[in-house]
Amino acid sequence: MIFWNFVEQNRLEIAGLTLEHLWMVGISIVLAVAVGIPLGILITRKPALQRPVIAGANIIQTIPSLALFGFLLPAPWIGDRAGRLAVLALTLYALLPLIRNTYAGIKGVDHAVVEAARGMGLTDWQLLFKVELPLAASVILAGVRVAVVISVGLATIAAAIGAGGLGELIFRGLAMVNNNVILAGAIPAALMALAADTLLGWLEKRLAPQRAA
Amino acid sequence: MDSAAEAVIEFRDVSYRLPDGRPILRNLNLEAHRAEILVLLGRSGSGKTTALKLVNRLLELSDGEIRVEGRSAREWDVIQLRRHIGYVIQEIGLFPHFTVERNIGLVPAIENWPKERIARRVEELTKLVGLDSDVGSRYPHQLSGGQRQRVGVARALAADPPILLMDEPFGALDPLTRSDLQREFLALQRKLGKTVLFVTHDLHEALLLGTRIALLEEGRLVSLSSPAEFLRSPDPLVSKYVEAFGVPNGTRSLQDQLKRGHL
Repeated sequence: MIFWNFVEQNRLEIAGLTLEHLWMVGISIVLAVAVGIPLGILITRKPALQRPVIAGANIIQTIPSLALFGFLLPAPWIGDRAGRLAVLALTLYALLPLIRNTYAGIKGVDHAVVEAARGMGLTDWQLLFKVELPLAASVILAGVRVAVVISVGLATIAAAIGAGGLGELIFRGLAMVNNNVILAGAIPAALMALAADTLLGWLEKRLAPQRAA
Repeated sequence: MDSAAEAVIEFRDVSYRLPDGRPILRNLNLEAHRAEILVLLGRSGSGKTTALKLVNRLLELSDGEIRVEGRSAREWDVIQLRRHIGYVIQEIGLFPHFTVERNIGLVPAIENWPKERIARRVEELTKLVGLDSDVGSRYPHQLSGGQRQRVGVARALAADPPILLMDEPFGALDPLTRSDLQREFLALQRKLGKTVLFVTHDLHEALLLGTRIALLEEGRLVSLSSPAEFLRSPDPLVSKYVEAFGVPNGTRSLQDQLKRGHL
C-alpha cells in the first residue's frame, strides 16, 4: 500500500523518467542497428575482417558497464553531456548481438539458394536484399531483441553518471534505503524489457522463413 | 563452320586448381555444339561439377580459356553471362520466401520486364514444365520433390537463355519421378533446342539424354562419344563404367523405346 502511495504521489516523475529511459534505449538501438547490421554484412563479404570485428565487439561487451561509463567521461563532446555519453555506451554494448546475429543469419542461408541466385545472375546487392536479408531477417531480429533487453537493463546504470532514466529512482532508493523508491524504478524497467521482448519475439516469428518440408 | 556443329561452349586447355594447388581439372578440351545435350559423366571428384561452374564463372579457371558463343567467358560481363545461361542444380535452391510464380519470374523481374509480360511468361513456363496452374501461388515447401525440380527448370528457362547448365538435376528424385522428368526434359529439349551441358554420374541417364557423352576421370577427359559408341568403346575405363552399371541391355531397350516413342 505504501508502494502504491509512493507511485501515486510521484507518477509524473516516474512517467518522465520512464520516457527518458525509453528515449535513451531507443536512440542507442537505432544507432547500434545502423552500425551493427552493416558491419555484420561487411564481414560476410570480407572474411579477413570477421575475426577482428567480432573480437572487438566481444571485448567491448566484457568491459564492466560502470567502468565504460567512467572511461567515456573525459571524451570530448561526448563527455559534455551525460545523455550523449550514456547513449554511446549503450550503443557499444548493443553492437555484439547485432553484428553476430547478422553474420550468423546471412551465413545460415541455405547454400544451394545462394548458389542458385548467383548462378541466375543476381548482382551482389540483389542477392543481399532479395535473398539473404529476407531469409536472415528473423535471426537478425533475434539479435535486436537481445540488444534491446540488455540495453533496458544497462540504461539503469546510466543514472550513475547523471544521465537520468529509471536508474535514478533505483540509485535514490539505494541511498535512502527505501525499497519503494527502488521498486518504482525497477518495476517499470522490467516491464519495459518484457514488453519489448514480447513484441520483438512476435515479430521474429512472423518473419521466420517458410521451412522446407 | 558447319552450323549443326557450331561450338557454343568451348573448353580450351582448361585447368582448375584449388587454392592449395590440388588439381581438379587438367587440360580439358571440349566443345558443346548448338542444340545438343553434352553429358559430362564421371564419378564423384572427377571434376564434372567444377567444369560446369567454370562456364558461368561461379568458379574462375586457373589456366586456359572457356569461350561462350565465341567470346571468352572472361570478356563477358559476369552478370550478363549468367543471365544468358540457365542453371539447374540438384538441390534446386528455390527461394523459400517466394511463391512459385515469383521464383520463376525473378530473372525477368530484375531484367525489368513489364508485369504483364512476366505473368504471361510464368504461365507459359508453368504449362511447359507440366505443372498445374494452381501451383503458382504456393511456396516451395508446399510442393513435392518432382514439382520443385519442375519449378527449378522453369526458373532456369525464364529469360529464355540459349544455354542450360544442369548439375545432376534429377539426382535427388525417386526413380519413377526421375524417369518422368527425364522423358519430359527430352521432349522439352526437342522443342526448345537449347545447348545443354548436363552433369551426371548415372550412366543410364547419360545414355538416355546425351547427344554425346564426355567421360571425366580425375579431371581429365577420358572419352567423348555418342551413347551407342560409348557402349561399344574398348577403352578400359569406359567398359569399367559400363560394367559397374550392370548389363546395359535394359538401357539400350529404353533408348529404343524412347526413340520409337518420340521420333
